[in-house]
Amino acid sequence: MSKLRTVALLIVIPLALLYASLFVGRFLVSPLDVARILAAQIFPLNADWSKSAEIIVLQIRLPRALMAMCIGAGLSISGAAYQGMFRNPLVSTDILGVTAASGFGAAVALLLSRNAFELQLIAFAFGLAGVALTYRLARIYRTTPVLMLVLSGVVVAAFFSACLSGAKYVADPESKLPAITYWLLGSLNAASVKGLAMVLLPIVAGCVGLLLVRWKLNVLTMGDEEARSLGVETERLKGIIIVCTTLITAAAVSVSGMVGWVGLVIPHVGRMLVGPDHRLLLPATLSIGASYLLFIDDIARTASAGEIPLGILTALIGAPFFAYLLRKTRGTWH
Amino acid sequence: MALALPLIEIRAAGFRYGERQVFSGIDLDVFRGELLSILGPNGCGKSTLLRCIGGALTLHTGTVRLDQTDITALDTAARARRVGFLFQNHIPSFPFPVLDVVSMGRAPHLGLFGVPSSNDIALAERALDRVGVLHLKDRPYTEVSGGERQLVLLARTLAQQPDVILLDEPTSHLDLKNQVRSLKVIGELAAQGVTMIMTTHDPNHALQFPGRVVMMKPGGVIVAGLASEVITDAELGATYGIDIAVLKVPRPTGPGEIKFCSPW
Repeated sequence: MSKLRTVALLIVIPLALLYASLFVGRFLVSPLDVARILAAQIFPLNADWSKSAEIIVLQIRLPRALMAMCIGAGLSISGAAYQGMFRNPLVSTDILGVTAASGFGAAVALLLSRNAFELQLIAFAFGLAGVALTYRLARIYRTTPVLMLVLSGVVVAAFFSACLSGAKYVADPESKLPAITYWLLGSLNAASVKGLAMVLLPIVAGCVGLLLVRWKLNVLTMGDEEARSLGVETERLKGIIIVCTTLITAAAVSVSGMVGWVGLVIPHVGRMLVGPDHRLLLPATLSIGASYLLFIDDIARTASAGEIPLGILTALIGAPFFAYLLRKTRGTWH
Repeated sequence: MALALPLIEIRAAGFRYGERQVFSGIDLDVFRGELLSILGPNGCGKSTLLRCIGGALTLHTGTVRLDQTDITALDTAARARRVGFLFQNHIPSFPFPVLDVVSMGRAPHLGLFGVPSSNDIALAERALDRVGVLHLKDRPYTEVSGGERQLVLLARTLAQQPDVILLDEPTSHLDLKNQVRSLKVIGELAAQGVTMIMTTHDPNHALQFPGRVVMMKPGGVIVAGLASEVITDAELGATYGIDIAVLKVPRPTGPGEIKFCSPW
């Protein structure tokens, strides 16, 4: 496939999916009406569609679709950045313990019966704190060797997982325990315009940060010592990458729960399409990740009468797909 | 012709890992355009000394000055603009095209958010051409042979346009043919006036070059001089602790003779 065609597809597919997501659903709104409702936001159109159609498109489906795209894009670019930084294809966004810590934060918020807004803040704060702890643990002699980061991440994730189990154990099995369990399975059904605004800032900031250092990330994959010999301040660069991915992942987990597999699988798809150069790979994962999670969320909300938890679907589709990739590439880098 | 001022001045250099003193009291000058070989058995501290010269490790005592500037006073990027480093063990990362890997040599000349320009790419191509592997530029660097990859990484240090290139055992895991090929390229670069310091555990490699040799004995004592003065039966015997002789045979074709050493 030519490079130009790949780029064109990477731009068109997420936009087409976004449009489709606005008319797919149990409440029927025709594609034409969707187009007119959207156009009416800019041009003065005669509103002959129902008020409920407009509310569903603009205040329910649009924020939810944009949220899915943001989270999918954010988790994917973070996964790609971490796989590069750790030089390891099996690394995902939760390697430094952010997911486990955020999950525990959310469980605490649910135990304390905080509202959705407070829950999001608490989960976000716990995610940041978890990674800060990992980073502190990994630091020796003013450096943070990659191996120390991975091992510290395992320690912190295990610690917060245990805390989460503790929180579940003490939770009221009639009300609180199901709430925690369902929250952790992941869903975007609470997405709102306000919620979107809150996650947008950290996710966009993180993505911009990663995109800015995308070429230096190529150099970093040569290993710390070589990268330093090429003039890269490796500690500063790793710090930037960790801060950006943590902002993104903590924000994503705080609204959507534990959505796994996206940050692991999508970077591989990106590498198959555009190669290993992070200058192309990072923007590509944004597009693929946004499309993927949007597609999955459309399935989650339309496939059955009730919502299917997002975390189940991403794993159910992600795991076999990753298995296929592994078999196809025999475990080597693409 | 450069003035007699040395490019690199090493004074009273000492380094230890924990309690173990690797070397101490090393004084050495390296001049512009010189190819200096540091010769010694495995574990004698050659690589450590090379890292200290490049500023990747900091001496416990003494100083390394590059062009009158203390090497430790330079920040990472400034150092990389002046010192190129070819490592002994490169663990291949992603299958980047060869040209992309070589253009990474431009990193110290670009800012934190920088990306190589067409001018940087042209410099990278020229560097590949100088080591004779320009034809590989679009191949994934993980798929070329070990010898070719070493040349690609050498080209990357050339693309840095440093004052000096430090080569840590550049041939240690190459087969004979690729050793000869790499050493030939290094010899050609030396003839073009590129300043290089190379460590090697094989006296035969040092014998191939006309430059000076520093022989490093366990404990970090050094003997410096021309190859013909330093690489002698007695010095080699003392350094490696074996019976070894420096031999000469006439070249099979053409004039001149081949010098090599062999244990007996």
